[in-house]
Amino acid sequence: MTTTAPATARKPATMAQALTRALRDAMADDPSVHVMGEDVGTLGGVFRVTDGLAKEFGEDRCTDTALAEAGILGTAVGMAMYGLRPVVEMQFDAFAYPAFEQLISHVARMRNRTHGALTMPLTIRVPYGGGIGGVEHHSDSSEAYYLATPGLQVVTPATVEDAYGLLRAAIASDDPVVFLEPKRLYWSKADWSPDAPTEVAPLGRAEIRRRGSSATLITYGPSLPVCMEAAEAARAEGWDLEVVDLRSLMPFDDETVCASVRRTGRAVVVHESNGFGGPGGEIAARITERCFHHLEAPVLRVAGFDIPYPPPMLERHHLPGVDRILDTVARLQWESDWTEGRGE
Amino acid sequence: MTVLEQPGSSRNKSSLAGPPPAWQPRVDPTPLLPDAEPYRLLGTDAAARLDSGLLTRLYTQLVRGRRYNAQATALARQGRLAVYPSSTGQEACEVAAALALEDRDWLFPSYRDTLAAVARGLDPVQALTLLRGDWHNGYDPHEHRIAPLCTPLATQLPHAVGLAHAARLKGDEVVALAMVGDGGTSEGDFHEALNFAAVWQAPVVFLVQNNGFAISVPLAKQTAAPSLAHKAVGYGMPGRLVDGNDAPAMHEVLTEAVARARRGGGPTLIEAVTYRIEAHTNADDATRYRSDAEVETWKAHDPIALLERELAARDLLTDDFVGATRDGAEHMAADLRERMNADPEVDPMDLFTHVFAEQTSQLRAQAAQLRAELDAEAAGHTEDAAGTNGSAEEARP
Repeated sequence: MTTTAPATARKPATMAQALTRALRDAMADDPSVHVMGEDVGTLGGVFRVTDGLAKEFGEDRCTDTALAEAGILGTAVGMAMYGLRPVVEMQFDAFAYPAFEQLISHVARMRNRTHGALTMPLTIRVPYGGGIGGVEHHSDSSEAYYLATPGLQVVTPATVEDAYGLLRAAIASDDPVVFLEPKRLYWSKADWSPDAPTEVAPLGRAEIRRRGSSATLITYGPSLPVCMEAAEAARAEGWDLEVVDLRSLMPFDDETVCASVRRTGRAVVVHESNGFGGPGGEIAARITERCFHHLEAPVLRVAGFDIPYPPPMLERHHLPGVDRILDTVARLQWESDWTEGRGE
Repeated sequence: MTVLEQPGSSRNKSSLAGPPPAWQPRVDPTPLLPDAEPYRLLGTDAAARLDSGLLTRLYTQLVRGRRYNAQATALARQGRLAVYPSSTGQEACEVAAALALEDRDWLFPSYRDTLAAVARGLDPVQALTLLRGDWHNGYDPHEHRIAPLCTPLATQLPHAVGLAHAARLKGDEVVALAMVGDGGTSEGDFHEALNFAAVWQAPVVFLVQNNGFAISVPLAKQTAAPSLAHKAVGYGMPGRLVDGNDAPAMHEVLTEAVARARRGGGPTLIEAVTYRIEAHTNADDATRYRSDAEVETWKAHDPIALLERELAARDLLTDDFVGATRDGAEHMAADLRERMNADPEVDPMDLFTHVFAEQTSQLRAQAAQLRAELDAEAAGHTEDAAGTNGSAEEARP
């Protein structure tokens, strides 16, 4: 899918602006796209991602709903049954939990249950993750819950361009997409013009953000900029790191990930959600199963600690940073350490 | 510093601490309140105005419905169904729900409402697929505009609201009727659905079949409200209380609520007071939580017997009519029995067909794995078959 508007000069745009533009373009292209959620109308969303949509498309297309996440998602299911493409907003990661029964018992399995007769072309936007100084219940990384449910696509952009392209792809998908928006990247900027043609990759394709030869960092969403920074810093230590941005956790791009790891022979998975039961364990297992004979070291993980998300004054200790990534990369010199150890 | 201590202010001056903004109720609650007694027609003077054609139609469906319940219960005992939640004693609610709707309307049934789906025209076998276990939902919901039978409690109610809302946005005069039990009214989704429906003035009718028990828990432990219909007032929609065993009363109240929704009048909550004559399912022992005397009282208020009395008073309960009705029901049951006694054909590869519109690489790999397992299994069978002939057996280590 490619937008056909003429190319214009690029200027800095934020991820939030790209998301707004994606919603706007999707609504303009397809009258069945409806945006709904708490505060999405008059206020334009607490992060202003839905800014201007109610004004442009009317309150029937961009609807301020009652404060009830199960009701928001549950009514969206019925709207999808009648041929609409609802895009619902769950204001913050932890606010989505009341809607989990609708998500798991209905959204994820409606196609399967009805042999394809009822589909759920729903997009569920969830601002997620920490690093913005939010109080409790405003910083959870909830991706593992979604990944544990067959039938859901789980997508998370890490760049301004992807915020636009992946959201367009999510809305266009005939299956439900949990669209995780890294809120600490909402204000990240890039030279990007929504008027320039934007390639929209099919969901389920990872992207190599940095080529390297000594190890692969596998990451997504809010941890991508951290990994890019770590990769630059690692050059001083003699490490040439490749960085893979997953973009989509389900479907999972085994091909790109494994091709990279086979080239580099070493892999570190980086994410800010807790490690135990987190996506990193699944990713490490997949790599081990497919690339065992190419690996020079065990697949390592850099994740948030296995604790409830900490209060804002402590969150920097919890979130994976450049130093923790570099320390872990250093541990990838497995063979030599082991050989030296044996020699003593 | 408090508001009252601001410079230049004093407790004697009323400019800063004026009277609160005027308050008045947003809606007059009186017309929303249900009647003091469940609405009844049979046995009252008002029954005289009922149309005989409607009464015979209701009767035919009630008898058919009871026979369906009996047949499905028998199929469960024979192991043809994993379980069957009978609606015996509640047939009037089921039939009224189906007959109050037009073809363009949608029905959102719970797991106990197979009868409403069948009365709406669904193939009796397709209605039982979920309970037989060959697939979760055995019909195309668009064909008769019947949502899948919903097993989680009350979660289908917001779907009904969303569908009705979407239809209205598109300019279609479609009404959604959502069915739930008394236990389901305690769930959060019941509250959220009613609230959304009222705020949006969505063309939805909520039908609560209060059959006295949520498995074993009686209504008194489910709610402290005067009635379940009273809950409507809190959302700003009318609540109607109706005798759920009085088929014409049920039909009238539902038809009125559907018509009201269709002309833009918004949602209605209807509580049908009825009773579950059978246990929750065939797996439940109802004698642990209720007395035989209570069950007998309700059997004396049987929906079919109530209607028969009115038909007899009109000289409509002729041997011919009763016989033809019974024969029709028996024919339906015999056909159901015969078709359900044939093992359904299931395709294991269906496990992967409808997870996503496009299969993921992971699911493609798993489908290939299962395909190989099935092929090996089939080859094994061939080998076994050959083995009994005494040839392949020796070749095995």
